[in-house]
Amino acid sequence: MKLRQIAYARSGDKGDNANIGLIAYDAQGYEWICQHVTAERVQAYFALLGVKQTLRYELRNLQALNFILLGVLDGGGSLSLRIDNQGKVLGQALLEMEIKE
Amino acid sequence: MLKVGNAQAFWGDTTTAPLQLAIQCPDLDFLTLDYLSEVSLSILAVQRERDSSMGYAHDFVDVIRSLIPLWKAGHGVRVIANAGGLNPLACAEACRVVLKDSPGMKIGVVYGDDVLGKIPSDKKLVTANAYLGAHPIAKALDAGAQIVITGRIADPSLTVGPFLHHYKGRLDDWNAIAGATVAGHLIECGTQVTGGFTTNWLDCPDIAHIGFPIAEIQADGSCIITKPAGTGGVVNIQTVKEQLLYEIGDPAAYLSPDATVSFLNLKLEEIAPNRVKVSGAQGSPPPRSFKVSATYRAGFRSEAFLTLIGPRAREKALKCAELIWERVKLAGFVLDRTHAECLGSGDTVPGVLNIPASTMEEIVLRIAASDKREDAIQAFSKEIAPLITAGPQGITGYTSGRPHVRTMFGYLPTTIECSLVDPKMEVLTV
Repeated sequence: MKLRQIAYARSGDKGDNANIGLIAYDAQGYEWICQHVTAERVQAYFALLGVKQTLRYELRNLQALNFILLGVLDGGGSLSLRIDNQGKVLGQALLEMEIKE
Repeated sequence: MLKVGNAQAFWGDTTTAPLQLAIQCPDLDFLTLDYLSEVSLSILAVQRERDSSMGYAHDFVDVIRSLIPLWKAGHGVRVIANAGGLNPLACAEACRVVLKDSPGMKIGVVYGDDVLGKIPSDKKLVTANAYLGAHPIAKALDAGAQIVITGRIADPSLTVGPFLHHYKGRLDDWNAIAGATVAGHLIECGTQVTGGFTTNWLDCPDIAHIGFPIAEIQADGSCIITKPAGTGGVVNIQTVKEQLLYEIGDPAAYLSPDATVSFLNLKLEEIAPNRVKVSGAQGSPPPRSFKVSATYRAGFRSEAFLTLIGPRAREKALKCAELIWERVKLAGFVLDRTHAECLGSGDTVPGVLNIPASTMEEIVLRIAASDKREDAIQAFSKEIAPLITAGPQGITGYTSGRPHVRTMFGYLPTTIECSLVDPKMEVLTV
């Protein structure tokens, strides 16, 4: 089972940092992502992109988490040599995370 | 009630959208148009170096031209845009020329965001601009401006400006200003809140005719996010939640020059199809400093794409990249930074997709390099085409010629104390 079966997402950039909003489809899904999709786990998941630090904020009212991935964009929009220089696909990428049923 | 629409999310967005949205919504009060991304001003700086009358988003002048018949027919929509870039006064002058048959029309110009020279840096900065707030926009509207042109301004302030103008008693109602800021944040990226970029995009109806967003804002700052009837896309809880979370930091303290906003008690209700009510924003006074975007020259860059098919396509692609680096070295350059990625094999987000190598029979090699020396990047650019004859069986995609060598700008986000910035507003009359 993939994370996308219980949540949806959107990502974007601020300089060399990206954020990913991860939103559960229902209350049960929110409890699950709160407990299991930790900052540490997201940090490890994107390790190969060189992310330096991951912060996580909870928005219980929206059944959502906001992740800030510091230094994940290879210098950011104008300097990055990568195809995804603005972190546009990171939301979709997070949704591909394998989770237990 | 106040109706504010957005019909331009970035420079390059649909140029016909402002006119269309105004036609689709005859009682629209304000159109907000956003032209400036983080590094846009560095591109404008290069244009202004060549010609001192440039340095603004010239597309905007065409937008104004397109709206003239509508104004003449009695539509009351007023336009607020950060199209002024580095040269808001020149942008206003260009609009004044286009509007010569509308005598008496007023154009408000907001400037004073340029803080180059006030930002200490060990780099030679090309631009440094503070993100001004909504007050100068409100002042221009109070003075009767039909069009307000700004330079760098916080994106939500394009919406908060008309809010402060329309609801004059709300100047220190921080919750109301926070609500207007949330409304501005939700519509600032245009179709990103009406079905664009959404996770379940394939289920969105009629994206070809996607509607641009409208915020119907009440005096307490609560709003309804919607789009014109008969347009494609969708506004629902999902699209609004996604856009609320777009490019934000700490949701307890979203920082804008108009207010500090907490998203933690926001409440969303889908009150009708394509109508989502957003309430519960909590505000407190803004930070004592403005956010600043500064840019500096960081050398040159170029990138190229080659397509490979057949067995071991990824292996062949990576070997092509090695060969290119080797030949650039033979030309006398060890490049500062290089990057090769095999699109189709999962390289966009390494380690995430786990695509089996046996399925990789079609790969796009994307190869990019940067260097402080222009001739080093030119040498790189010249080494792509020779692979037509020296590369492997099954390689194609050279038709666009040698890749362009582009100036590269670094981006330096910082802040400046508000007291060191002097926002200005003046009104030109056609």
